[in-house]
Amino acid sequence: MSTTEEKKLPNSGPRPEHELEDLKRVWATPKGIRLVTAVNNTVIGTLYIGVAFLFFVLAGVLALVMRMQLAVGDNTLVSQDLYNQLFTVHGTTMMFLFAVPAVEALGVMLLPQMLAARDLPFPRLSAFAIWAYVIGGLVFFSTIFYDLAPKGGWFMYPPNTLTEFSPGDNADFWLLGIGFIEISAIAGAIEIVVGVLRTRPPGMTLAKMPIFAWAMLIFAAMIIFAFPAVILATMLLEIERAFGWPFFSAELGGDSLLWQHLFWFFGHPEVYIIFLPAAGLVSMIVPTMAQTPLVGYRLIVVALIATGFFSFGLWVHHMFTTGIPGLSLAFFSAASMAVAIPSGIQVFSWIATIAAGRKRFRITVPSLFVLGFLFIFTLGGLTGVMVAIVPFDFQAHDSYFIVAHFHYVLIGGMVFPLFATFYYWAPMVSKKMLSERLGKWAFWLMFIGFNVTFFPMHITGLAGMPRRVWTYPSNLGWDVLNMISTAGAFVIAAGVLVFIIDLIRNFRFGEGGAENPWGAGTLEFLPNDVYSTRSIPHVTSREPLWDNPDLPREVEAGLHYLPNAPTGGRETIVTSAVEAKPQYVLQMPGAGWTPFLAAAFTAGGFLLLTIKEVGLGIASGTLAILLCLLWTWQLDKPSQGEVDIGGGYKLPTYMTGPNSHSWWAMVVLMLVASALYISYFFSYLYLWTVSPDVWAPNGSPAPPSLVFPVGSAAMFAGGSALMAWLGKRLPEPNVRTPGVPAGLVIAALLLGGGVALEILGHMQTGLDPTASSYGAMVYMAPILTGQAAFAAIVMCLFAGARHLRGGMDKQRRVTFDNAALLYYYTAAQGVFGLVLIHGFPRLIG
Amino acid sequence: MRFLKRAVPAIVAPAALAGCSNIQSAFAPMGVEAERTNVLFWVMTAGGTLIFIAVLIAASVSIFGGERARKLLAREWFVTAAGIWFPVVVLSTLLVYGFIALGAGAAPERAQNGLKISVEGELWWWRVTYERPDGTVVETANELHLPVGEPVQVALTSTNVIHSFWAPRIAGKLDMIPGRTNTLTLTATEEGVSRGQCAEYCGGAHALMSFFVIAQSPEEFEAWLAAEARPAEEPEGEAETRGRDLFFAAGCGACHTVRGTAAEGTIGPDLTHVGARRSLAAATLPNDAEAFADWIVDNQHIKPENKMPAYDIFSDEDVSDLARYLEGLN
Repeated sequence: MSTTEEKKLPNSGPRPEHELEDLKRVWATPKGIRLVTAVNNTVIGTLYIGVAFLFFVLAGVLALVMRMQLAVGDNTLVSQDLYNQLFTVHGTTMMFLFAVPAVEALGVMLLPQMLAARDLPFPRLSAFAIWAYVIGGLVFFSTIFYDLAPKGGWFMYPPNTLTEFSPGDNADFWLLGIGFIEISAIAGAIEIVVGVLRTRPPGMTLAKMPIFAWAMLIFAAMIIFAFPAVILATMLLEIERAFGWPFFSAELGGDSLLWQHLFWFFGHPEVYIIFLPAAGLVSMIVPTMAQTPLVGYRLIVVALIATGFFSFGLWVHHMFTTGIPGLSLAFFSAASMAVAIPSGIQVFSWIATIAAGRKRFRITVPSLFVLGFLFIFTLGGLTGVMVAIVPFDFQAHDSYFIVAHFHYVLIGGMVFPLFATFYYWAPMVSKKMLSERLGKWAFWLMFIGFNVTFFPMHITGLAGMPRRVWTYPSNLGWDVLNMISTAGAFVIAAGVLVFIIDLIRNFRFGEGGAENPWGAGTLEFLPNDVYSTRSIPHVTSREPLWDNPDLPREVEAGLHYLPNAPTGGRETIVTSAVEAKPQYVLQMPGAGWTPFLAAAFTAGGFLLLTIKEVGLGIASGTLAILLCLLWTWQLDKPSQGEVDIGGGYKLPTYMTGPNSHSWWAMVVLMLVASALYISYFFSYLYLWTVSPDVWAPNGSPAPPSLVFPVGSAAMFAGGSALMAWLGKRLPEPNVRTPGVPAGLVIAALLLGGGVALEILGHMQTGLDPTASSYGAMVYMAPILTGQAAFAAIVMCLFAGARHLRGGMDKQRRVTFDNAALLYYYTAAQGVFGLVLIHGFPRLIG
Repeated sequence: MRFLKRAVPAIVAPAALAGCSNIQSAFAPMGVEAERTNVLFWVMTAGGTLIFIAVLIAASVSIFGGERARKLLAREWFVTAAGIWFPVVVLSTLLVYGFIALGAGAAPERAQNGLKISVEGELWWWRVTYERPDGTVVETANELHLPVGEPVQVALTSTNVIHSFWAPRIAGKLDMIPGRTNTLTLTATEEGVSRGQCAEYCGGAHALMSFFVIAQSPEEFEAWLAAEARPAEEPEGEAETRGRDLFFAAGCGACHTVRGTAAEGTIGPDLTHVGARRSLAAATLPNDAEAFADWIVDNQHIKPENKMPAYDIFSDEDVSDLARYLEGLN
């Protein structure tokens, strides 16, 4: 073992004393009521995970009520209407308010620590997303208490959720409430992609990245491509409910199966979105408990990527019984089975790793939860293969067999690893560790309770019991099985209760806990404080703490990169995406009221719209946008010149173009927008295949004269050219010219004008969006482009205003570059839409 | 092996338990497709159990095993063999088997008797229509009669929300989707009564939307259909006659049809031979005069949100007469 003196470390010591004080001051957590202004990942991450866990408990209580109702046949404890609300809210809460937020919260909390970054690259964005989720989620859940909860199932299939069959605001709470929380999930995903790719410590190449970071990267990528589909579906359904545009009504050329395609194109990846991060966590815990590196690291990375890829090709296996053609059945059945292989690879990698330890696998509480996960998840995977077989699915689908299967996969695949995580990583944010004794009780109660509850359901389902029934006749032979399930549910609840007791007794938020109590090899167990690690380590292997036992001391002594706060504010190192070479020092915003307030008014806007307070809703939404502008006005700090981070690196403190983190985030946002538009494109063609008879030129008014689309396209192209021209001629710093804002205003007008002209053209032909699915789809294209255009226009005006105030010029140009990127994207999407809307009817006509 | 001895009864016993009343159980098939799927289920369960046990053994060895055994498991080739090659072979085989099982169902024999049956999902009951070769149409509700041994194609539709037709002892389920017609081929293999239920959540009273399947010999089936095709008989007793008059006076005919009378409503179930059916309100109540009476007065408690208003305008005697009239429609 070499000593510190012999090694060449990035910085020399001892470090000046003021450095540590500077770091503590700059990164200090706000106190008292101002805690809501905090943006640091450990603070908001803990809030995030705490609220997600609260939703787990709340939705679990709903499950207990349902189990009591089903304990015996012909029971009348819970009414039909309440039961229908209960299972809808249970499923929706578990999926949207617990599972996805919980794993995203773990990303927010753990990733910066694992990557030894000081924070995620967009701290205020995370704070905004989290507060939006907390406020929106709590209001959504509370609807169950005043009979306003949705009752269309978590999958909200139309026509049952159309106004005709679901009058009242109940369904709108789902559509607007959940739609809005999906947006918050996307914000988190953008943060995670950029965080994983750009804020790794120097030397941590992709191949040296902890598996959890890989899992979160794929998780975020999947959110980016999957969530837009359900956001589009939600928009279409809400528009049909509110304005009668017939996307899903068969009699006017719509199709209820369109919803199912869009919903499951999201809904199936969703399952893996939940599972992959959990698998990533297991891949972190197993090597520590076995004290040996993961066997098959590369295989696992490939397996994670393969799972993400395959998961987009299986959505139809939720629709085997809708009467789709045999060829589709064959394809999706094969794909559904293929996805079992990557999971198998991971299971056997973990077993191999357990076997590989020189000493025996340590049986701690995290290990127990991991082993419980292996047991339950393997069983769930096997029943998953069974239901992938089409004829068997014809029997099992929508029966309690499926309820059993997916609880095995989701509770086994996600909840058990989550509890392992609680016990394993608690020392990172808590002064005290959680209790091994109570933890063992919690585990055994949950493990036994789980199997007692859900194993019998396989049999109940094949004995003929369908899902989502509030009661059943006593003479069908289901009573005993149901009674066993109900008893088991209370045992699970007891296990969760023991865990909560453990939390109350032992969880104390704050630093100074046990240092690396499990002997882990990864960076999150470096000594840390509010600023994360004192200095950012140079990484040369996958398990830096095992390979260099001195690393904690070196890091703590400030001998690695960036041991101080050279710009006087919050900062972290941005590195290249693949090789993790230091590129620049990112100046980050600190605590502030705007993210919290903007989130509150965004949530307020959506909820007011839900209860049809349109005026107030728009006012609240406008306020939210103004607050966002106020918040972004404080961003994009000017360059502070070059700073020395050690190791011979003198890094710039400002970056533009394809190297900058904001460029990356913008590109990811464009991917989200294009995924949304591709979903729309699919929907347009899909409805045409279903109802060609309502399509123009024969079934509806022919599209307007080509003058309209050509005019629109010319405006989009002209505006883009203007933006490009402006971009080349931005003035030097300190030169202010009205030409810049004038040019931006003209570009904004051209973009808005192009969208308006397109709408005008169709109105002039007399096309009515409520008359047929064709009309609805035609108007939907400019609505989607108009939505992107709205954002681009606001950004153009914002950049223009910044210039007038001296905050945007040739060098400090990120606000302009972002506006321009979104502008080009919107223009391209607009032109694509014009070609589709005006070309397709001419092609088929 | 000792584990197996304990595990198998542990799995089978509850199944047998469920069998004590298996009128809706896929474990007790009495149709071609259900029989095939039941075999498929047990084959997959046996295979899955073996794989599961193998994984448990591997995991136990990795934790508690001897030095040499653990070393064997700690190699990457173990991961590749157990995680890639083994599942590729097993899953490919299973896929082919699954399609052979499905393939037989996908190319159904044509119904030979020229009979067309359609089932429409209503809120929350089943409208069942038989069109005989001679073109006569017979409508009934919540009960599907099948001739044993003859493949019958059932057209499944809905004009409201999505439902799913599931008679577990005969075949798997198929959805009823507005704007589409799905065709399910049913072949009953033995005579007897089984039960089915809506499997796609359809709002409100989804839980109370069931039906009976009556598989009969082809001769019995023909006889039943001929009887069902006849118009309703005039009531004989005095109470029944009064019941009939009340039925018309109260406007029941606006929603219900009683063939051979002026009642020609099509909103609710056809009541021409309602007294001969096995249940009321989509297998929610037994079929007797008392149930009719309860239903007329109290249907919103018996089956909340159902589309028939509760009629509490009648005196007890009125209700009793009405019930007797309806029970007599057989």
